[in-house]
Amino acid sequence: MTTSIVDNGVNVEALLGAREAFADAPEIARFQWRSTVSWMNGTHSRADVQTFFGFGQEQSHRTTFEFDIDHPLQFAAQDHGITPVEYVLVALGGCLTAGIAAVAQQRGIQLRSVQATVAADMDLHGILGADPDVRNGFSGVRVDYRIDADATPEAIEALVAQSQKRSAVYDILTNPTAVTVNVS
Amino acid sequence: MRHTTTVVVGAGHSGLAMSRCLAARSVDHVVLERGQVASAWRTQRWDSLRLLTPNWMTRLPGFAYRGDDPDGYLGASQVARLLEDYAAESAAPVLTHTAVTSIRADAGGYVVDTDRGAWRTRSVVAATGATTVAAVPALPIPPGIVTVTPADYRNPDLLPSGGVLVVGASASGVQIADELRRSGRDVTLAVGEHVRMPRTYRGRDILWWMDASGLLDVRHDAMPDLVRARNLPSMQLVGAPRTLDLNALSETGVRLVGRFAGVHDGQAQFAGSLPNVCRLADLKLGRLLDTIDAWADRAGVDAEPSQRYAPTRLPAAATLSAPLGVGGIESIVWATGFRPDLSWLDVDVFDRRGRIVHDGGITSSPGLYVMGLPFLRRRKSTLIDGAAADAAELADHLVGHLDVAAARRLAS
Repeated sequence: MTTSIVDNGVNVEALLGAREAFADAPEIARFQWRSTVSWMNGTHSRADVQTFFGFGQEQSHRTTFEFDIDHPLQFAAQDHGITPVEYVLVALGGCLTAGIAAVAQQRGIQLRSVQATVAADMDLHGILGADPDVRNGFSGVRVDYRIDADATPEAIEALVAQSQKRSAVYDILTNPTAVTVNVS
Repeated sequence: MRHTTTVVVGAGHSGLAMSRCLAARSVDHVVLERGQVASAWRTQRWDSLRLLTPNWMTRLPGFAYRGDDPDGYLGASQVARLLEDYAAESAAPVLTHTAVTSIRADAGGYVVDTDRGAWRTRSVVAATGATTVAAVPALPIPPGIVTVTPADYRNPDLLPSGGVLVVGASASGVQIADELRRSGRDVTLAVGEHVRMPRTYRGRDILWWMDASGLLDVRHDAMPDLVRARNLPSMQLVGAPRTLDLNALSETGVRLVGRFAGVHDGQAQFAGSLPNVCRLADLKLGRLLDTIDAWADRAGVDAEPSQRYAPTRLPAAATLSAPLGVGGIESIVWATGFRPDLSWLDVDVFDRRGRIVHDGGITSSPGLYVMGLPFLRRRKSTLIDGAAADAAELADHLVGHLDVAAARRLAS
């Protein structure tokens, strides 16, 4: 039995404190996430992410983050950045992995290494409009985790399952979401 | 206006257990019941439903099942008869066909309005239970689709002969999906979070293990996350000597899909999270069996060897949508759970979402108590077998409240 203090670098007390604060003031839990995307040239765009709304007021990241979005040379593009669908994989892997760290911290499990391989299958007939029976998006997403931690295999599996249960991006990918696109 | 010391609302197992405990403490009271004793058991149960708990667990204060089938499971009409016998044997002061229309605090007590006159009382026990109103999600179901809840579902013959979508894979959902499938229908079962359970484990009813090991007695104030414990779905069980889990349903040809997430272009949409909700349930079951095995070792229980169950088998290809309407899903059974209806309680004891706030059944309004809600005081609070301990403790608290109030009146 180890008595060392588990530290995955997650401030669980702050997260649980937020949950309690939300119970008293539910409106401060209403967040809005934002990104500004500007077309550069061809399939190349650049996305800025800086502000968001939450805890009842305007908020800001400590700096403006920039992301280039493009398509690879094989698509006759310039490959200034990864494709939009690859950002989805980045988001899913990032969300689930953050969740694993937080759940592990709360359950007193020390993580040593966590690695996710995220793969999504897609049939290009869809986005090219070549086959109406093929959807545009992924036909499936697979995430494979390799985790080294002070826990039984079942406890590690339970971490991963709980992380999915509480993941925003997992929810966004597995459930329909209303999307409204306006032009002004 | 009539007077009494305590008004108990509802003559189901909780209200009758409380009545028995109040009588034992010489508290003058009345039990107000909108219909007959055990009303919901007579009017809101499907034909084949049986209790999920074995008969030997049908225990109430001063009363227990005494038939010749202790390991069987009572049907709904048998439960109603048993509760009627209990009420008679207890000489419970039940006023039937008396619907409470409002209860409000007044002059250190409460005024109870009913459709048959008003009562003034010092204390109130709301024992109308956790399953008064079916909780149905707000989804835009196209016209022409027949929808029912487990409270108004009776048997397969009363649904259209086409495909059926059963939403929810807890006790009601798996049982109704099973009998609809056996009636020859195409059945799709939308599965969210669920609590997988074998009917028997190591040769004994799973509820025997949970009862004997003390798991059903775990108290509300010992739970690290009570919100989560109070929101767990019901155990995936059927009142019969067989296990009815998702693997058993798949074998009979029930199609498993994810949570019913939306309707788009006449198609029902299902979440892609089926693998995870099944994994969560498999892991949770494994932890329960680990707990039981460890207790069995410590307690030296003579039982069959321990075992583990095959993981939930998933369909080879995920189904993410299905057509609603003729030739597809023609009816929907909402087995999505129930919620209490305390809308007649005009006392400020509710949170912003209308849920009653209480500490083990004790509300912040002195003399006002609630019973029969999930994990009210212990894990078994919603079981018939859970009413005895809850009623005894709340009756003690209630008597303490009356004593304090009486002392205060004397002093002033």
